[in-house]
Amino acid sequence: MATIDVSKPILDRNEKLAAENRARFDASGVFVLDLMASPGAGKTSTILATIAALRDRYGIAVIEGDIASKVDAEKVKAHGIPAVQINTGGACHLESDMIKRAVDALPLDELDLIIVENVGNLVCPTEFYLGEHAKVMILSVPEGHDKPYKYPGIFQISEAVILNKVDTMPVFDFDEAEFDSVVRSLNPAAPIFRIAATKGQGIDGWAEWLAQRIEQVRAAAGKEPR
Amino acid sequence: MGITQGILSSAFEAAENAGAERITEIRISVGEMTEVVEFALQFAFESLTPGTMAEGATLTVTQIPARSHCNSCGADYGHDRFQMVCPVCESLDVNLLQGRELRIDSIEAQDADEVAAAADGPAAEE
Repeated sequence: MATIDVSKPILDRNEKLAAENRARFDASGVFVLDLMASPGAGKTSTILATIAALRDRYGIAVIEGDIASKVDAEKVKAHGIPAVQINTGGACHLESDMIKRAVDALPLDELDLIIVENVGNLVCPTEFYLGEHAKVMILSVPEGHDKPYKYPGIFQISEAVILNKVDTMPVFDFDEAEFDSVVRSLNPAAPIFRIAATKGQGIDGWAEWLAQRIEQVRAAAGKEPR
Repeated sequence: MGITQGILSSAFEAAENAGAERITEIRISVGEMTEVVEFALQFAFESLTPGTMAEGATLTVTQIPARSHCNSCGADYGHDRFQMVCPVCESLDVNLLQGRELRIDSIEAQDADEVAAAADGPAAEE
């Protein structure tokens, strides 16, 4: 019977479910951000700083992806923000069916922004579309300016790059000019936001970029600008 | 591992829809700009296929090189994964044309008769 033509994406099931998620987000006018970084880069701190900057303007919820524990969701909930914890039980990235189940537990009609904190990993999350409007990555200064050479994929798939812990720059031998130039050659269009999340430093520029993206999705769903 | 599971579930579905009993080869295309490493794919494939209809099958990987289009000067050019800037005019306003593929192209399958024939005389198998 020989050759059977298949011609479809390898991650077909994931991508179909992701498209369903996306249709739901678009219909509700909710902007969804997939935030990726290595463990300890400051994903949760960046989320908390982002919440502080935008909570008066927008309804925000967080989906926390971790291999185990609900530590991060508890941290977010302590700030009065709805949070759902996904435990992947060993898997190194989130997939769209996990997001679908998490979203079922959120009050979508009251929201404008869902931040998905992906599992700490600079490789696997890049290949899995969850239905998000944008993937954004965080690199922290202590990780070193050479990371774009080692993990080019995540720098290329991200629509913006956040450089966190810039207050520690004097301690680490971080070459900012080289970092900027490599990120630029990998991903010419991506802005680089320099922040120190726990100090609230540099959050304004990042929050403004995010607010613009939120407004686009709100407008497409017929919501008034805020 | 997640990628290999994706490959197998698509292959099984296609084979079952066609009434096949056994898969002897799976052909996929992988773009140079993805994080997929062929060595890891082959390892996961060998680990996941025993006991399935794809036991003993070959995984054939075609690498798709990265190519981009420059929106400033109109050039189309090939590049490695680290350098997307237009080599002609050095513009940063560029679009990737190919290189992010993760696609299952086709499979070679056998129906019940062919499986039985192969079991009777493996030497007759292609």
